[in-house]
Amino acid sequence: MLLAEQALNGLQYGMMLFLMAAGLTLVFGVMGLINLAHGSLYMAGAFACAAVAAATGSFWLGLAASLVAAAAAGALVEIAVIRRLYARDHLDQVLATFALILVFSEGTRWLFGSFPLYLTLPPSLSGAVMLPGGLHYPLFRLVIIGFGAAVALGLWWLIARTRLGIRIRAGEADREMIGALGVDIARLYTIVFALGAALAGFAGALVGTIQSVQVGMGEPVLILAFVVVVIGGIGSIKGAFVGALLVGMTDTLGKALLPGLLSRMWDAASANTVGASLASVLIYVLMAVVLILRPQGLFGAGAGR
Amino acid sequence: MKLKRLLIGGAAAIALAGAAGAEPVKVGMITTLSGGGAGLGVDTRDGFLLALKNAGEAGQQVELVIEDDQQKPDVAVQIADKMIQSDQVDVLTGIVWSNLAMAVVPAAVAQDKFYLSTNAAPSQLAGAGCHPKYFSVSYQNDNLHEAAGAHATDAGIGKVFIMAPNYPAGQDSLAGFKRYYKGEVVSEVYTQVGQTDYAGEIAQIRASDADAVFFFLPGGMGIAFMKQYAESGVGKPLIGPAFSFSQDILPAVGDAALGVKNTAQWSKDLENQPNAAFVETFQAEYGRLPSLYAAQAYDTANLLLSAMAKADLDDADAFRAALAQADFPSVRGKFRFGPNQHPIQDYYVREVVREGDVLTNKIIGPAMADHGDAYAEQCKM
Repeated sequence: MLLAEQALNGLQYGMMLFLMAAGLTLVFGVMGLINLAHGSLYMAGAFACAAVAAATGSFWLGLAASLVAAAAAGALVEIAVIRRLYARDHLDQVLATFALILVFSEGTRWLFGSFPLYLTLPPSLSGAVMLPGGLHYPLFRLVIIGFGAAVALGLWWLIARTRLGIRIRAGEADREMIGALGVDIARLYTIVFALGAALAGFAGALVGTIQSVQVGMGEPVLILAFVVVVIGGIGSIKGAFVGALLVGMTDTLGKALLPGLLSRMWDAASANTVGASLASVLIYVLMAVVLILRPQGLFGAGAGR
Repeated sequence: MKLKRLLIGGAAAIALAGAAGAEPVKVGMITTLSGGGAGLGVDTRDGFLLALKNAGEAGQQVELVIEDDQQKPDVAVQIADKMIQSDQVDVLTGIVWSNLAMAVVPAAVAQDKFYLSTNAAPSQLAGAGCHPKYFSVSYQNDNLHEAAGAHATDAGIGKVFIMAPNYPAGQDSLAGFKRYYKGEVVSEVYTQVGQTDYAGEIAQIRASDADAVFFFLPGGMGIAFMKQYAESGVGKPLIGPAFSFSQDILPAVGDAALGVKNTAQWSKDLENQPNAAFVETFQAEYGRLPSLYAAQAYDTANLLLSAMAKADLDDADAFRAALAQADFPSVRGKFRFGPNQHPIQDYYVREVVREGDVLTNKIIGPAMADHGDAYAEQCKM
């Protein structure tokens, strides 16, 4: 029973990481851009959700606002800053997008203050539900799992079945060629960037609802999202999905099980300490193992990229 | 950029310096003003400033430099170095978190600065690591948790699940609780500092056969846990130190906290004249109820002012003796220092209640009287 609940926790965490990593891997794969400011877009979505939900009293409007605000912020940033960076090397991109983190963080602090904001769930989403097998589980965490799965399906359909998806895949394969074929590459990039931003903002709003909305909330998640992208293979949505679930499960189950296993050897306090540290190292061990066996990532397009 | 500086009454202090006979004392306040722990630092700052304001002319003798440590030990160390070397402060204060205090305090007192703690009081600095220039005006870290353990024993709770963040104050917390709890601890869990998702811990609580949960999660950690606990449908009663149900946490947690018992050395309904004045002026000045952190900082500032009235800071021994007398009107009613310069005071059990449309705490009984700490004997100075 405990294991089932922890597995659901891992699944929920993985879905959240997927929402974050999907945008990152798209931008990385299609544009070859390292976007450190992705965590800021996650934060922007969370703040938009909190502000709109507080102003209108409707959580659903807040959630919609998180998508719109993060997409708008993403498009704006792409046009104003990112567009100038495609031809530059990765160091310039890292510097510029790191600067964006600082701008976003201070700007948000200026607008909303340093105090964390807290969202209240609508009654229809709050509380726990009984799952088959008698397990009680918070409804909203199930909703996050559902949203994550829906986004994964939607993205797969978008990439595999639509004209825009064809262009995105083509852009990934050879950007000069599709430019020469008459595709407006600048607009394509803006759309992809805004799409990634919207997903990050959506993830921020969902997570902000169960945790808290505060300046700097995006950076810890960003690091994990990069781990997911590396494990899954750069540019692969499928890889991001599998990688996110792997990381989510490994982290959650590691934290849940390791202290118990170690306490058979040591006393509770040190088993706890060592177990918790080992658990946080586990995902990086996972990344290292994947990189040794498949340097291009699980679903990467090839080592040459 | 992130550092905010505030110089209070600098020019006025110099102008008045001749009058009161004492030179202005420069105080460096390092506290947490951003991120999940910001509520604690903001209350610390506001409580301290209020005491200076209420003291009138005497308060203007204190020149205060305030900086945000972002709840990061490395940032706190940088600020402390800067305050000691370039601002040349005489007294340091304000640190909320024990891991930051461990990074700053030993070095500061070694450089001959006084450190008056408004909150953090790790066991390491109460026992063998005590120092003549270090005073804790709040408590010793274990104290509130010891009181909670005593309360859990009195309430006849047979089995508890205990949980705290993995940092000095968290370890002190669980040690303190277990020192006075006579029942069975079924599980002991350490979480990460700054952790915001408690799904894993809540699953463990659900699976355990504990009758109650004791937890110490200050600031944003407590808010996140309480909200998620309420959503989880796990109904086991909660007990904790005041930090887990402090005035900075209650508005965000909401009704989920109603009826929860917690332990503290202060409460806003404690009946004494200094406390009534403190609560009234705090509300008038800031438009909200004061938290425990504000009360501790208010007492710290008044302790400093009482010593400044008795001794000159240049005479460090006399100044230290004046501090040790603790001759100030404490909002806790009675207050004195033990041999290791940590408080000997009363602890109370409080309950979270609704007053009008705000949630707050009300004292429902005593927990421990004239309680010192377990480390005083190890202190040699």
